[in-house]
Amino acid sequence: MLELKNINLSFGPFAISEINLKLEKGDYFVLLGPSGAGKSVILELIAGILKPDKGAVYLSKKEITHDKIQDRSVGLVFQDFAIFPHLNVAQNIAYPLKIKRWTKERIQERVEELAKQMDIFHLLERSTVSLSGGEKQRVALARTLALSPDLLLLDEPLASLDVQLKKDLRSQLRKLHKSGQTIIHVTHDFEEALLLADKVAIFNQGKIVQQGLKTDVFAEPGSEFIAHFIGVKNYFEISAIENNRLEVAGKLNFICKEQVPDNKKPIALMIHSGDIELKKPEDKKALDANVFTGIVTEVYPAYRGFELLIDIGIQLVVNISQKQLLQLEAKEGDTFDCFIAPENIQKIYQ
Amino acid sequence: MYKPKNINLIFAFLSGLVLLFILGPLVGMLLDTPLTDIFDASNEQEVRDSIGLTLGASFFGTLFFAIAAIPFAYLLARKEFKLKRLILGIIDIPVVIPHSAAGIALLGFLSRESLIGGAADSMGFSLIGHPIGIALAMAFVSLPYLINAARDGFEAVPVRLEKAALNLGASSFKMFFSISLPLAWRSILSGLIMMFARGMSEFGAVIIIAYHPMTTPVMIFERFGAFGLKYAQPVALIFIAISLIVFIFLRWLSGKNTNA
Repeated sequence: MLELKNINLSFGPFAISEINLKLEKGDYFVLLGPSGAGKSVILELIAGILKPDKGAVYLSKKEITHDKIQDRSVGLVFQDFAIFPHLNVAQNIAYPLKIKRWTKERIQERVEELAKQMDIFHLLERSTVSLSGGEKQRVALARTLALSPDLLLLDEPLASLDVQLKKDLRSQLRKLHKSGQTIIHVTHDFEEALLLADKVAIFNQGKIVQQGLKTDVFAEPGSEFIAHFIGVKNYFEISAIENNRLEVAGKLNFICKEQVPDNKKPIALMIHSGDIELKKPEDKKALDANVFTGIVTEVYPAYRGFELLIDIGIQLVVNISQKQLLQLEAKEGDTFDCFIAPENIQKIYQ
Repeated sequence: MYKPKNINLIFAFLSGLVLLFILGPLVGMLLDTPLTDIFDASNEQEVRDSIGLTLGASFFGTLFFAIAAIPFAYLLARKEFKLKRLILGIIDIPVVIPHSAAGIALLGFLSRESLIGGAADSMGFSLIGHPIGIALAMAFVSLPYLINAARDGFEAVPVRLEKAALNLGASSFKMFFSISLPLAWRSILSGLIMMFARGMSEFGAVIIIAYHPMTTPVMIFERFGAFGLKYAQPVALIFIAISLIVFIFLRWLSGKNTNA
């Protein structure tokens, strides 16, 4: 459906290099990367606002690298919506239809259809200046969808919305995706990728550092940066391997369930912060698991429960519920044993 | 509780002095001129023709040059190119040079011996001493006000709105006329009003291009030189009043336009 081949571009403070992407029709593709990394540049390249220094863009098997912006069936929703302030809601949505010289009746019909789809029918005659962020986002979406683009590009569409509006718009985007719309969604928030994408690419310092099915990328992040970026707190590079023993930082031995196969060498191990059990040292029992004694250096509230930063020679992040925190009476400076079951140690292969 | 400092009083006093400086001479002249003189002057055909010429020349000069100056301002706002700073400096030249000197420069440019003057001559009229010459002299000294205001206006239009219009299928022309121009319109209108107002009050450049037909500023000067202050005052007052009425009307119109 869409293919980017070896795209290179230097643009102001941004330089992107060797960008290769492939999307199939109906994909929901999330381009995930830190703020200011130049993700939006890729969207502008696909939309034709920018032209690459090198490389090619294909849409529906046709090269469109040098096609005019107006000739591409690509709709872009800008991060700050780019609503035309001198036009009301209906006029904003009708803008692309008027350009295509649709008849008044057809325009009205299409505007009303889109407004109903986006739940903004009651706002049609309103000035856009007085709209909330969520309403503006819906107007921008309706306006972009007016001409039914083959590909919809969304630049940080949820970034400026509050929690409830985010939830509503995510549901709207899911509906759009289910209707067969191909979408590229750029964001810095891994949760958006987790909740919406079926394919993801991780973008950092002008390059795509990993891409594939969301399930694959989230299950096996290819580097510490990617792991941290997709919300994995405990990702450690392996310094030595012996049978099922993985050594980290030259001093800590983690025993995993299966022996490492000879033909595949893991580069790192990953432990979900919720898979670590905390016990007071006096509770120590038969050691059938990896047990590391460490000191709590920080306790802070997390999305769910609390997170404890524990120094076991490396910094381990442990997620516990509020109830557990109260039971353990954990506070900074306390010493705990961290139990990690061998089956919860995940090996990351190159 | 916060107490206003003495600084506010001092600043208010200084502001009052500035306002007095602007209003004092005008109010003084108004009080000094008998109403009958103003009435008599307003009935003179010569005065009426002169005011009509002044307003008309400035209006059409502004309108004519706006056609090129607005796209020029857009280019200056949106594009980076070599010698841009030099061009920005050139635009401001008419404001900084003495206007009599501007008139002399224009005289050489519009005289029969020049390309433009020669072309007008071949069509049967001379730009010197002609309302078109007056309009050109007015535009020469007032054009920077329009270009600079329009440039500021276009710069304030977010580029992403133009990108969005292009992405929605608009051609560059359509984008300019449907997005950039309407959004910069307030500044452009303000620039047009400033250019018009500055043009109609021009004296230095106009008197060199055309003593006759007489624009009102030239007429005020002529009556002052030939007959003295008392004879010049009624015409000056009428012209100030008309300028203020036109200016306030245009400002009201621009405010109405942008609030719509």
